[in-house]
Amino acid sequence: MIPAAFEYHRPDTIDGAIKIISEHGDEARVIAGGHSLIPMMKLRMADLSHLVDLQEISELKGIILECQSVTIGAMTTQHELITHEELAKVAPIINEAALQIADPQVRYMGTIGGNVANGDPGNDMPGLMQCLDADYILVGPNGTRTVKARDFYEAAYFTAREEEEILTSITFNSPVGGYAYEKQKRKIGDYATAAAGVLITKEGGKCTHASIALTNLADTPIYCEEAVAILTGSDLSADVVEAATVAAVNASDPGEDNRGPIEFKKHAAKIVIRRAIERAIERA
Amino acid sequence: MNEMTPPKEERSEALKGLGCSRKRVEDARFTQGKGNYVDDIKLPGMLFGDFVRSPYPHAYVKGINTDAAMAVPGVVAVLTAADLEPLNLHWMPTLAGDKQMVLADGKVLFQGQEVAFVVANDRYAAADAVELVEVEYEELPPLVDPYKAEIEGAPILREDIADQKEGAHGPRRHPNHIFTWEAGDKETTSKVIDDAEVVAEETMYYHRTHPCPLETCGCVASMDKVNGKLTVHGTFQAPHVVRTVASLLSGISESNIRVISPDIGGGFGNKVGVYPGYVCSIVASIVTGKPVKWIEDRIENLTSTAFARDYWMRGKISATKEGKITGLDVHVLADHGAFDACADPTKFPAGFMNICTGSYDIPTAYLAVDGIYTNKAPGGVSYRCSFRVTEAVYLIERMIEVLAIELDMDAADLRRMNFIKKEQFPYQAALGWEYDSGDYHTAWDKALEAVDYKALRAEQAERVEAFKRGETRKLMGVGLSFFTEIVGAGPVKNCDILGMGMFDSCEIRIHPTGSAIARLGTISQGQGHATTFAQILASEIGISADDITLEEGDTDTAPYGLGTYGSRSTPVAGAATAMAGRKIRAKAQMIAAYLLEVHDGDLEWDVDRFVVKGAPERFKTMKEVAYAAYNQAIPGIEPGLEAVSYYDPPNMTYPFGAYVCVMDIDVDTGVTDIRRFYALDDCGTRINPMIIEGQVHGGLTEALAVALGQEIAYDEMGNVKTGSLMDFFLPTAWETPNYETDYTVTPSPHHPIGAKGVGESPHVGGVPCFSNAVQDAFRAFGLKHTNMPHDHWRIWQTANKLGLHD
Amino acid sequence: MSKMHIKMKVNGEEVETLAEPRELLIHVLRERLDITGPHIGCETSHCGACTIDMDGKSVKSCTVFAAQANGKDITTIEGLGDPDNLHILQEMFKEHHGLQCGFCTPGMITRAHRLLQENPNPTEDEVRFGMAGNICRCTGYQNIVKSILAAANEMNAAKEAAQ
Repeated sequence: MIPAAFEYHRPDTIDGAIKIISEHGDEARVIAGGHSLIPMMKLRMADLSHLVDLQEISELKGIILECQSVTIGAMTTQHELITHEELAKVAPIINEAALQIADPQVRYMGTIGGNVANGDPGNDMPGLMQCLDADYILVGPNGTRTVKARDFYEAAYFTAREEEEILTSITFNSPVGGYAYEKQKRKIGDYATAAAGVLITKEGGKCTHASIALTNLADTPIYCEEAVAILTGSDLSADVVEAATVAAVNASDPGEDNRGPIEFKKHAAKIVIRRAIERAIERA
Repeated sequence: MNEMTPPKEERSEALKGLGCSRKRVEDARFTQGKGNYVDDIKLPGMLFGDFVRSPYPHAYVKGINTDAAMAVPGVVAVLTAADLEPLNLHWMPTLAGDKQMVLADGKVLFQGQEVAFVVANDRYAAADAVELVEVEYEELPPLVDPYKAEIEGAPILREDIADQKEGAHGPRRHPNHIFTWEAGDKETTSKVIDDAEVVAEETMYYHRTHPCPLETCGCVASMDKVNGKLTVHGTFQAPHVVRTVASLLSGISESNIRVISPDIGGGFGNKVGVYPGYVCSIVASIVTGKPVKWIEDRIENLTSTAFARDYWMRGKISATKEGKITGLDVHVLADHGAFDACADPTKFPAGFMNICTGSYDIPTAYLAVDGIYTNKAPGGVSYRCSFRVTEAVYLIERMIEVLAIELDMDAADLRRMNFIKKEQFPYQAALGWEYDSGDYHTAWDKALEAVDYKALRAEQAERVEAFKRGETRKLMGVGLSFFTEIVGAGPVKNCDILGMGMFDSCEIRIHPTGSAIARLGTISQGQGHATTFAQILASEIGISADDITLEEGDTDTAPYGLGTYGSRSTPVAGAATAMAGRKIRAKAQMIAAYLLEVHDGDLEWDVDRFVVKGAPERFKTMKEVAYAAYNQAIPGIEPGLEAVSYYDPPNMTYPFGAYVCVMDIDVDTGVTDIRRFYALDDCGTRINPMIIEGQVHGGLTEALAVALGQEIAYDEMGNVKTGSLMDFFLPTAWETPNYETDYTVTPSPHHPIGAKGVGESPHVGGVPCFSNAVQDAFRAFGLKHTNMPHDHWRIWQTANKLGLHD
Repeated sequence: MSKMHIKMKVNGEEVETLAEPRELLIHVLRERLDITGPHIGCETSHCGACTIDMDGKSVKSCTVFAAQANGKDITTIEGLGDPDNLHILQEMFKEHHGLQCGFCTPGMITRAHRLLQENPNPTEDEVRFGMAGNICRCTGYQNIVKSILAAANEMNAAKEAAQ
């Protein structure tokens, strides 16, 4: 498993990176942690002749916590997310989800930007970001724009990001209330058989806000609008939870693979979603 | 005794001999990253080889264009079958009496088959050139399901032997049929079963999997044209056999071939066979005059070298109403892939599958195995087990459970009722083997008591009720298995590999100052031979194990041996070690008698010295004797103190064990949780308890993997679905439980020190134990049998079929 | 493709070598720098046999390009101890039979070293979770976990004694 040759670039500014990408068009690819891209290159399934390494760009790093919002630089690693004590207090769902990604070594290298940007339906962060209703900041030759995570994913490996754009940071409002990221997988290091992120806010016995998104249950992450509508404003009774779970499962569209046939995946999804909702309610 | 002589116990302990948990001598280099594995070998001018492989499972090769590949800077050669043909090396013999393409000769028969071999200055150039070799294929329909191999219109795979009615193991009834192998009494068995009060029948698939050691296969071949010497470093579990094969294939004299197995990063059966990569590297080195390295990548490893299992097994077992077993009938459809390259002793095309009567006194039995060609990778190795013993034990341990269901009996009681009794040993089994020793009842009772079996069943019954009441979605399984292995192949009279009798060997030299070197015909792949064989020897010759160096794996220095697999090292080479030690002691006794001026019959052995009977103050230590052997002329005795033993075991050894697994299963997600695993092993005399325990932990974890998810799966078009570690299940520390180990000791009566071998027992006994735990959880809901691997979705499917999701 | 200068600090020493950008760090270490402790097991970043420490992180060096590693500070098994002064993890792996074939051991110990730096007093579960990026085919992990827990104890005891 030997990758094909390429030219290597290590710019130290976003502008510098965009300049290189613009120059080489679809022959250039950016690399963050590389733990999705490098295996693809070793299998010669990713074709590129210019590799643009983002590691030196300090603008892409760091976690900024403001009173109501969280901004995370694209090059922030899963390990940094996990070990950031303040972030764990403000958005504990990030910690819970990131710990379920890959394995320790991969989490040291794997970045949140790489995880959300490459469009792999197996990645956990895209679903989580839809759950958090995050905004992705994209910078390209024509400036900066914002795309909602819920609008970003078009199909497996196809996203709203233009070829010459770099996803530079992610921002979302600090979540309040209960949360859960529940994932079933075959073993450490595997993608989800089914996974769900849930946020629930409760006031006076009523659900005032809810969010549900799914991972690896279709060729994109899924934000479950109907399930959210069922939960929001409800008393979160067992019947409501069941109805929301069913609605979320109905929104899924898993494919068959080595993790099992579609029927199983839908069943596993149902369990995972219900557990996530119940755990989020408990914590709300 | 002389006052200066330390007490016996103290001297004995100082030897670090048999029975002590001696720390491993190998570990100093391994923990410091100073192991010497094949890929660590770097020779001046070394080239790298890499394969072009077939993307198709079945196709004609219409043409190969290597021009673009040859144009890549650094590429030295691209070999195809046409280049090997003049040397008659485009095909090679397999261990099973078949032949195998080294490089595609007009046709490919499995996805991943070797088509061309690129040789370049470095692995990057080789990989680039592999991409540029243009191969024109004409696709053919693939044969994936062995049950469809002999139907009308089935594609004929092996056109090279399509007309041969007689194979290496008797008549072939179809071009896709390899052999039928039978054992036992067909007619009587059939009659016993027809007349039986109770019969249980089941078909089970023991899925295809792979040993997948952490280090893949590889070699460095180096032809020294000046001296006419070929040296091959490789991941070989049987280096001496490789030398013989290399000589027969190349025509180079065996004395001019040196095969070296350096440190090996796990074998588990993967490194027994001879693979095209070895042959191509040797040829490339001969052609270029430079050393050539070839190292498989993981995908190549999983998809082309050495699968294991792939047995479709149908069993019928009969019993009286009370549960006394009367007969066993077994038929196996064995999927051997594209070439019959199974690594078994020559006369055993289905290995020792005829140990399938297990630990039970079954008076009548019959076994037939049909080998079939399919468009899958060749192999059929014994993955951490003696030849096909895992399959045999799985079959009988499942059949016992199925019979228990049929009889509505407790499966532990049923086993106990049918065990071969202690007084029946040596026991002549219905399918031909003579079990050397055993005490199954004691082991079983100890195991059941240790886990409080009755309490487990009571808890399980409560859980079933709670489940039915809707209070839990988790079921509890109690997995049982009692296994008897057959290891230590084997007696030369019936066991050989390519005509080489399966003896093994040890050569010992005692140095003048009383330390020693011992060389064996085996090769450690992690088992710790350098530690344990020195222990055997220490106890035999009274020299501390710390003063004994042990070497294996270099055919220029080690005595000829058949290698390490099938748990044969302790039973065969371990015996050779003890016997060679005894030869040393016999000569030493003569020397001591001379030095003490007594008749040698007047001496007795005392831990590390010879003592004059009745005069304990008069003695000579082995160290003193060793010195004398070199520094003075002793009438009638040659100088020096050396011995060699080639040991032909009179019988196999039969380790056994009793395992219990307690598992919780989520019927909705199919997720399993191993709450407890108890393993009692009886491997006869215990050489190093620490190492035994380590072997048990490792074997059980490989068993867990196989039972719960590890498979080489093909889709219906013959594409491999599980070609990397993303999908091929190797458990991590997180998925692996802690194990409780225990033991009884029933020495082998025919082995010099009574040892039986243990490395593979936990795998053999572990797979049915984990599987039985899953199946047992569903017994209360009507499950009779469901096939492994028990991964999440298959468990879910089982629960679903039983209506547990309604 | 042209080669580039790669400068790294490896086991405390500044090293410089020429390599193609695409060369994998594991190949640079093993073949250009003769550091053969880290091994190649799976090549898809699942097995951890190639684990090294890079700028204080446990990293699978089969999934890092030489070019990415330019300028980094790297520690391999060779840098953890020497024959006269073994690292306590090396001692404990020997003591508790935490290895068999030895192929995973360099990566395993290098990873355990970082784990104990970050969590000097781990529970058994934390060790199992923290070591889940390293596959061993021989030991069944039980004695590896035991070795790491024992090393943690020894290191803590040594720290206390020093205070």
